[in-house]
Amino acid sequence: MSPLLTSVLWTLIKVAFALFAVGLNIAGLLGWVERKQSAVLQDRIGANRADILGFRILGLFHPIADAVKMLTKEDFVPTGVNRLFHTMAPCFSLGFAFLGLAAIPYGGVVHVAGKAWSLVPIESPVGLLFVLAMLGLGLHGVMMAGWASNSNYALLGGLRGAAQMISYEICMGAILAAPAFLYGTLDLETMVEKQGGFLWGMIPNWGCFTQPLAFILFLVAGTALSKRTPFDLPEGEAEIVGYHVEYSGMKFGMFLMTDFIETIVVSGLAVAIFLGGWQIPGMALDGLSGAVLMLASFITKLLAVLFVLMQIRWTLPRFRFDQLLSLGWKNILPLALANFLVTIWGIYLWR
Amino acid sequence: MNNAPRARKTFMLNMGPQHPAMHGIVRLILELEGELIKDVDVEIGYLHRAFEKHAESETWNNVVPWTDRLNYVSPLINNVGYAMAVEKLAGIEIPERGQYIRTIACELSRVTDHLTCVGASAMELGAFTVFLYLIKAREYLYQIIDNLTGARITTNYARVGGVKADLPQGFEEKCRDVFKKVREAVRDSDKLLTKNRIFMDRVDKTGVISQSDALAYGITGPFLRSTGVPYDVRRAHPYLVYDRLDFEIPVGTTGDNFDRYLVRLAEIEQSLRIIEQCFKQIPPGKHSLEAAEMKNAYEFEDAGKFGDTALLKKYAAKVDQTLEGGGRLQHGDIDSPSRSAVLPPKEETYGNIEGLMNHFELIMWSWGIKIPAGETYIAVEGGNGELGFHIVSDGSDRPYRVRCRPPCLYIMAALPILLKDSYIADIIPTFGSVNMIGGELDR
Repeated sequence: MSPLLTSVLWTLIKVAFALFAVGLNIAGLLGWVERKQSAVLQDRIGANRADILGFRILGLFHPIADAVKMLTKEDFVPTGVNRLFHTMAPCFSLGFAFLGLAAIPYGGVVHVAGKAWSLVPIESPVGLLFVLAMLGLGLHGVMMAGWASNSNYALLGGLRGAAQMISYEICMGAILAAPAFLYGTLDLETMVEKQGGFLWGMIPNWGCFTQPLAFILFLVAGTALSKRTPFDLPEGEAEIVGYHVEYSGMKFGMFLMTDFIETIVVSGLAVAIFLGGWQIPGMALDGLSGAVLMLASFITKLLAVLFVLMQIRWTLPRFRFDQLLSLGWKNILPLALANFLVTIWGIYLWR
Repeated sequence: MNNAPRARKTFMLNMGPQHPAMHGIVRLILELEGELIKDVDVEIGYLHRAFEKHAESETWNNVVPWTDRLNYVSPLINNVGYAMAVEKLAGIEIPERGQYIRTIACELSRVTDHLTCVGASAMELGAFTVFLYLIKAREYLYQIIDNLTGARITTNYARVGGVKADLPQGFEEKCRDVFKKVREAVRDSDKLLTKNRIFMDRVDKTGVISQSDALAYGITGPFLRSTGVPYDVRRAHPYLVYDRLDFEIPVGTTGDNFDRYLVRLAEIEQSLRIIEQCFKQIPPGKHSLEAAEMKNAYEFEDAGKFGDTALLKKYAAKVDQTLEGGGRLQHGDIDSPSRSAVLPPKEETYGNIEGLMNHFELIMWSWGIKIPAGETYIAVEGGNGELGFHIVSDGSDRPYRVRCRPPCLYIMAALPILLKDSYIADIIPTFGSVNMIGGELDR
C-alpha cells in the first residue's frame, strides 16, 4: 500500500471515528444525560419508558426512540418560506459543527508497527483557528433559518443568534490568544504535548493551572457559543420560541443535535487547551495501549466538562439580550485582553 | 415641506394567544423597534365562560363549584368569598369553628397561588429546577387540600352557612409535615434565586410601576404592596377571624419585579404562620350552621298534639317521607322547602331518606334556599389581590346578578405602562409577576 493511500485511509477512519463514535454517540448520550441528570437534580425519575423487548436499562433507549420519532415525523414546511435556505440552514449548522469536531485532538502520536500514527482526525498546524472558524460558520445556519422562515419570531431569534455569536467569537479569540501565546502554537496537538510534565514537580502542567482566568472565561464564552442555557437567547423558548420555530421533523432534530455537537466541540477545546488533552500526569503514552489510554483519558475529561456544563444549564436562569452583550463586551473581553497582556509580559520577563 | 411618508422603523409582533409565555390565554400585540417594545395592546377575553351570567341560572349553592374555575390556583379563596357574600346578604353568621376552617383553607390556597406564580416565572426565565422544587411543594399542599376537600383543584368546599365537612382526622399533623417541606422548598429557591446575579438582573428594576399609577389603576394585592402600600383586605377590612391572628404584611419599595417576587415569598411564610395559629386557636364545635336546630317531623306531630306552638315556630322540620302528605296540610309553613341554608352531611344524604330529601330540596330548581332581596358587596384577599363578589338577590332561590371583581383584570389594564420601552425579554418576568389567571380574568 502506498504511503499516500495509507494516510488518506487513516484520516478517513479517524474522521469517521470522530463523527460517529464521538459526535453522534455522545450527542445521543447527552440527550439521555440531560434528562437523567436534570431528573436527579430536580428530584424526578426522568425518562424511563422506552423499552426493547421489555428491557429499559434506565431509559437508555430514549435517544433511539427520539431519533426514530424525529425521522418519521412529517417534515412540515410552511408557506411563504424560502425553501432553499430553509432546507440548507440545518445542514449548515450541523455540518460545520461536525467539521469542528473532526479537528479536536483525541490523541497524540503513537508508534505502532514501526510507523508514527497521529490520532488527530484532521491534522493541521492551525487546528485551533480551524475549530473556531467552523464554530463561526455554524452561525450562518442560525441566521439562514431565522431569515428564511418568514416569521418574526424566527427573525428575532436569528438576529439574537448573530449578535451573540459574533460578540462571543471575538471574546473567544481574545481568551484563547493567551494560551496560544503561552504554548507558542496554534496546533492543538502540540498544545496538548506542551501540557505534559509537572509544574514545580507536583501540579500537572495543564492550561487550567497556568491560565486559570482564561479557563473560566473560556467556559463562559464557550457555553455562549454553543447557545445553551443561560445563553440560549436565540432559542429563548419562553420568549420568542427561537430561530427554529418553523421547523419540524428531522430538520428540527438537526438543530437540536447541533447544540449538543457544539457543546462537545467547546468541551473538546477546553480539554485540549486547558485540561491537558489526552495527557495522563506522570505517564508516557505510546504504542497500542498508549493509544487506547489516550482516548480513554480524553473522553473521560470530555465527559467531566460536559457534566459541568449540564449542571450549569439546569441551575441558572437565562440572561437578557442586552445583559448578555454587556457581559461579553464589557466584562469578558477586557478581562481576556488583560489576561493576554499579563501573559505576554510574564513570558517576556520570565525568558 | 417634506410630505414623504415616514419610513416604517417598527414592526408588529403578535404574541399569543398561543404562546408559551402567555399562560392562560391572552394576546399581546407588540410594536417593536428591534428588541425594544414601543407599544403594547393587550387583548383579553379568550377564556370567557360567562360565569356571571351562568350564575343567574343556578341556585345559590350551586354557584359554588363554578367559583372554583375563577382563579384555579387558589380555588378555596373563591369558594369562601362567594359563600361569604351570600351569607352577608342573608344575615347568617357561621359558627366559629367554620370560620377558622375557612381561614385555614384560604391560606392554604394563598400559598399554592404564590408558589405557582414564583415557580412559573422562574421557569420562564430559564430556571426550570426552581420551578420543579416549588411545584413539588405545591403538590404536597394539593395533597392536603385533597385530604380536606376531596379534590385537588375543583375543591367546591365552602357552602352557604359553613363548609362541606369538618377537618379530617390527623389534619394538623399532616399540615405540620407538609409545611416543613414547603419551607424547605422556599428556602432552596430563595438560595437559588434571590442572590443569583442573572436572576437579579432580569427582575431588578424591570416592570416598574409607581405607587400613584398602581393606585390609579385600582391594583391590589402583592402587586400594590410591592410599591409600598400596605393595603391588604385581611387587615384593612378584617373578615373571618383575621383580626385575631398575628401576621405581617410585607411591602416592597420600588414596585419592580424583584419586589413582587420578594413580597410573594414573604407572604408564603406569613400564610403558613396564620395556619399554625389557627390550629392553636380553633375551637371545637360545629363547622356549619344546621342540624341541631332541626327536629324530625314526628316530633312536630307530637308537639302539635300537645299544643306546643312555641316549638313549632322555633324549629325547622326534618322531612319524613311518611308524613309529607299529611304534614303539609296541617302545618304548611314548617314544611316549607327552604328550611336550612346548609346541605346535610354526605353521610346523611346517602344514609337516610330524610337527609337525601333535604339535600334534594336544597338543590332542586325553585326549591333551594331563598335569600332575602337586596344587594351586597364583599371582598376577600385573593392570591392576586382584592377578590370581590357583588351579588343581587330578588328573593328567589337563584341569584339575580353575580358580579366578580377579578384582581388581575386591573393589573392587566396597567400592563402597557409596565412594558412600554422595555425589552421583549422583560415581558417574561413582568407578565409572570402579574400572575394572570385566565379563568379569573375572563370569567
